[in-house]
Amino acid sequence: MEASTVLKLNGLAKRFGSILANDDVTIHLQNGEVLALLGENGAGKTTLMNMLFGHYLPDSGNIEIKSINGDLVPLELGNPSAALAAGIGMVHQHFTLAENITAFENITLGAESLFSLRRNQRKAEKKINNIMSNSGLEAPLDIPVGRLSVGERQRVEILKALYRDAHILVLDEPTAVLTPQEADALFSNLRRMTSHGLSVIFITHKMREVLAFSDRLVVLRHGKNVGSMETSNASEKKIARLMVGSETQKVSPKRITPGGPILSLNDISVAGRSKRDSLQNISLTLKSHEILGIAGISGNGQNVLADLISGLVLPDKGSILLKGVAIQNINPLNMIKLGFGRIPEDRHRQGIVGGLSVSENMVIERLDDPLIQNFGFLRSSVINDNAQTLSEKYDVRGPGIDQASRLLSGGNIQKLILARVFEQQPEIILANQPTRGLDMGAASDVQRHLIEARDRGGGVILISEDLDEILGLADRIVVMRDGNLHDVNSSSREAIGLMMAGESV
Amino acid sequence: MIRIEPRAKVSNSSTIFIPIIAAIVSLLFAAIPIISAGANPLIAYVEMAKGVFGSVFAVSEMLTRATPLIFTGLAAAIAFRAKLWNIGAEGQLYLGAIAAVTVGSGFFDLPAIFLLPLIIVLGACAGAVGMVAPTYLKVRFGADEVVTTLLLNFIIIIFLQMLLEGPLQDPMGLGWPQSAPILDQGMFPPLIDRMRVHSGLILAVILAVIAQVMIKHSVWGFKLRAVGENSSAAKHAGININRSLFGVALLSGGLAGLAGVSEVAGLKGYLTADLSPGFGYAGIVVAMLAGLSPIGVLIASVFIASVFVGADSMSRAMGISSFLADLVVSVSLLCVLVGGFIAKFKIVRAGTGKKIL
Repeated sequence: MEASTVLKLNGLAKRFGSILANDDVTIHLQNGEVLALLGENGAGKTTLMNMLFGHYLPDSGNIEIKSINGDLVPLELGNPSAALAAGIGMVHQHFTLAENITAFENITLGAESLFSLRRNQRKAEKKINNIMSNSGLEAPLDIPVGRLSVGERQRVEILKALYRDAHILVLDEPTAVLTPQEADALFSNLRRMTSHGLSVIFITHKMREVLAFSDRLVVLRHGKNVGSMETSNASEKKIARLMVGSETQKVSPKRITPGGPILSLNDISVAGRSKRDSLQNISLTLKSHEILGIAGISGNGQNVLADLISGLVLPDKGSILLKGVAIQNINPLNMIKLGFGRIPEDRHRQGIVGGLSVSENMVIERLDDPLIQNFGFLRSSVINDNAQTLSEKYDVRGPGIDQASRLLSGGNIQKLILARVFEQQPEIILANQPTRGLDMGAASDVQRHLIEARDRGGGVILISEDLDEILGLADRIVVMRDGNLHDVNSSSREAIGLMMAGESV
Repeated sequence: MIRIEPRAKVSNSSTIFIPIIAAIVSLLFAAIPIISAGANPLIAYVEMAKGVFGSVFAVSEMLTRATPLIFTGLAAAIAFRAKLWNIGAEGQLYLGAIAAVTVGSGFFDLPAIFLLPLIIVLGACAGAVGMVAPTYLKVRFGADEVVTTLLLNFIIIIFLQMLLEGPLQDPMGLGWPQSAPILDQGMFPPLIDRMRVHSGLILAVILAVIAQVMIKHSVWGFKLRAVGENSSAAKHAGININRSLFGVALLSGGLAGLAGVSEVAGLKGYLTADLSPGFGYAGIVVAMLAGLSPIGVLIASVFIASVFVGADSMSRAMGISSFLADLVVSVSLLCVLVGGFIAKFKIVRAGTGKKIL
């Protein structure tokens, strides 16, 4: 089949509050092509695909798609039905199948008119069987989807899209849930389908797949299309460089010599429900006067590590030593009392109690403190004065300290948490994705406080997906992957990027 | 199409006025069945008002009815604040009543100054015991307390029937399934001579005030609010969620137990299996109408007691079924829930984003 453009994303932009999720992204997709869309978490891949599929309305830009007669026509934006009708099929990372009904019913669900389902059943079966034999995607049609394996469910999802005559298929991290064998089978089936005229966009950050299976690749970073190349011209190094960027970092604190170790994790294992919340025999030492950066793609165990240091998760094996002494009672309150300051990843869910006032949230970690309570009763004047002082010192802006903290913006919520944590002069600070989703001003505030804490003699564990942030702030870097920590000897962006993606350097 | 979006801020005036407007709207709705029953709703409401506020006796009757509702309303309000859905106040009420007649009917022959406080304390403890198992199952196994507390109600009532046919049966009761009466010195003194309203009301009001102060100004109340609003943030901040839940559960059960104490030791004198016409469940309505505020519970209890007592006297005066009272109460609850929704969310037109409400 001749190569012709089937889809054009022209200058798409989308802003969420102060975050520019997509900035003037232009991508063209050729007929029969497998296009890999790469980028770190938060680079804007999913936002872009959600605009394509009509879930989000772009702030500017347009989409053109090939119609039946071969012309490129504009796609109605912000309308999923229009996207479906135009032949765009999307397979989400988390499947959207009804588990209690069969694959056949899932595939035909919503595609048929309610009144003619019975008459068309045979026709539908024939059509599905046709698609299966053409594509090589086999799945049992007559048992409930809940009893199918993950790989089979994914095939059902793809069949569902193809049944609706999709000629452009979008796969969001299709191999995240598959075994390597299943993944290989998927890609060889995709190849077969592209030879029949299907075009595929797949989102991933696994380099092996990109290099092995795509025709062309596009890299997004900070919402921008930063590079697009034929896969035959690409190398892991080139891609890693594009993904993590190479601009100079704005924050560059002066380096100071670290002191003695203050916190050690000794051979700790945590068995979580899935791989992404497990730790396997990790050891780590944090020194005073040190910022330890933990780089890695999210979902590699960072959150368990954070929960462990926050006291929310108990180790199944191993010990946590504070200045050489094992911590006996691992629970959040005890960790706070031992001088841990914790900046949680999800500030709305874990950082603040939205229904309580700003002043109450500022003291929520020290309710036992006799300064703020008298025989079990809150000293509201002290609490309010504290909030007034800290709001000015940390520049927390909002409708007022007596108002519910959920009314604050994300940046101000983070400043509230900073005020609460840093005012206690913690010896050890755990900062989990502390600048994610913040605008430049708030982010640099956060970074400044981390550096100040280090200079004061504290140890900081900085977990971040933003490699620029880690490279700029950290005195030492380790990479987290699959629940393990890997020491980094080189400080080169490419080397770390490769380690994050799972290649040995 | 319309779309529903959260409001940036819930205004203070709306939290005060919405229940009042809801009460008025519910009376307007209730006028429809009154008219269809062939009566003039205005006259009917005047009769209702007379039946509640027309005489000292009327007011006394209304307050007598409000007393157990304050206890069960507080029980629900406090538990719901911590997102602990205690639907078992009815059963806990009977546990409190069982404890009251057990110790009060001659087991200890103490002077009033000791016996009444003993009855109160043990009744509250008995009610609290009713929450131990559901809370443990929730904390340990994640069992839904709505189901466990609700089902316990039936178990407790059947257990009570067994007691009333057996160990607790009044030997002088001619075989009726009722307990021996509480000794005179174990009874709540009446507030007004020859009226039924008793000093259990004073206890209820004092507890409501204490609960209000505790929730707002104590560390315990701070933790309770934090756990209810966002338990994962509360946990992260070092608050012991399970301990808070247990504390709230025991308190809630204890308050519901006091409703039973106040009914047997304030009003009836002895225990039967029909002591409560659903005060435990009505307490949930009271708590919701009150917006889970203890002081609000006082007002909501008076409103609901007024509707019930007023509807009774209206039905006697005008020959309309007193089921109307249930209708007014139900409609007012629906109106408050809708009102609360409107206070928290705005309704906009989907395409244009234009605000409708």
